[in-house]
Amino acid sequence: MISYAECSARERLAQLLDADSFKEWVPPVERVTSPHLTQLSVPCAFDDGVVIGRATLADRTVFVAAQEGAFMGGGVGEVHGAKLVGLLRRAQRDRPAAVLLLAESGGVRLHEANAGLIAVSEVMRAVLDVRSAGIPVIVLIGGSNGCFGGMGIVARCADHIVMSDVGRLAMSGPEVIEASHGVEEFDSRDRALVWRTTGGKHRWLTGDCDALVEDDVAAFREAAIAALDKAQPLTLDALEKEHDLLAQRLHIPPAEDAGGDDATFLWRALGVADAQAVPDLAVDAIRALRNQ
Amino acid sequence: MSDVPAGLETLDFSFSGGRPAGTFAPVLVGVVGSGNLEVMLEPAVGRDCIVRVETSARGFGSIWRAVMNDFHGRHPLAGVRVSINDMGATPAVVSLRLDQAVAEIKGGRT
Repeated sequence: MISYAECSARERLAQLLDADSFKEWVPPVERVTSPHLTQLSVPCAFDDGVVIGRATLADRTVFVAAQEGAFMGGGVGEVHGAKLVGLLRRAQRDRPAAVLLLAESGGVRLHEANAGLIAVSEVMRAVLDVRSAGIPVIVLIGGSNGCFGGMGIVARCADHIVMSDVGRLAMSGPEVIEASHGVEEFDSRDRALVWRTTGGKHRWLTGDCDALVEDDVAAFREAAIAALDKAQPLTLDALEKEHDLLAQRLHIPPAEDAGGDDATFLWRALGVADAQAVPDLAVDAIRALRNQ
Repeated sequence: MSDVPAGLETLDFSFSGGRPAGTFAPVLVGVVGSGNLEVMLEPAVGRDCIVRVETSARGFGSIWRAVMNDFHGRHPLAGVRVSINDMGATPAVVSLRLDQAVAEIKGGRT
């Protein structure tokens, strides 16, 4: 077993895709690096923290992008975002079986400010364009930096999300919530709280991800192959159904009326009888808990 | 206050007298993160091993020279371009990454 969380973006691609099938676009030798970081005296990366290209997965052609969490927390800068958008637009033209996005990102790279924000919004639009062309977009989340901010939104714009239990997915990250609402609202150093509210088990139980796997590259590969033909309809009807689901969740009464923490209370409301035990349960036991 | 100016520092080195590395697919190892660096090796024209370092830690040029001399002693390459983006890696980490990159070239060739 190889830990997905401990792999770099390039190691993940090498292990996850069919052996030696990956062909990189805009590779490091082209040195398409950030125009902003040097001005701020921050070192660049030759790939600007994202690897894009074409490969096969179970002998089917896929386009794939992998974000490198160790470079600037996987933050999306101008070049990084342009590489993602270029990959997605090319997918629209060349029609691969699917687009895989190995997301690991804190969201917009704040050093690049508006350029990063615009880049993320372009990625979202491109994801929806690819989906509306009938090509599934599959997001894999299992890096130690999680998937937050704009990339959290991008992930939820996709057809299918695969997460490990160590993976995290949310809009505002723990430190952001603490900074804006205070430590009494959210203590970002409380790791159990962070995983109860953003971790893979929580996202599985709430239906925010579509597959929950162990922290194992082979498990991610298997789940990605299984997702290849699972395009979700991108229609008004599908969107309204999702809004109904979110509205139901919003109207579950707050936890302080019942004691205990919000996450445990929510899981109980979703039908998990022994919600207290969730953080200690193994992945396969958690998988069995969700109302299919 | 330090009198070392802020900003990235660029260092260039060149070594001659190595063995020709021949043609190989470019390799990239490591990631630009705190205390870490990325090293890219590419085939280059000519008979030198040329090195360019971009580092956020200014004022360590003499240590870089010593580390690169050491590298050239272990791996006397010719016709190779070494490009490094560094975020404050220690000399030991730099040497390990350089060895890793050379191992990947050799691994890719067999």
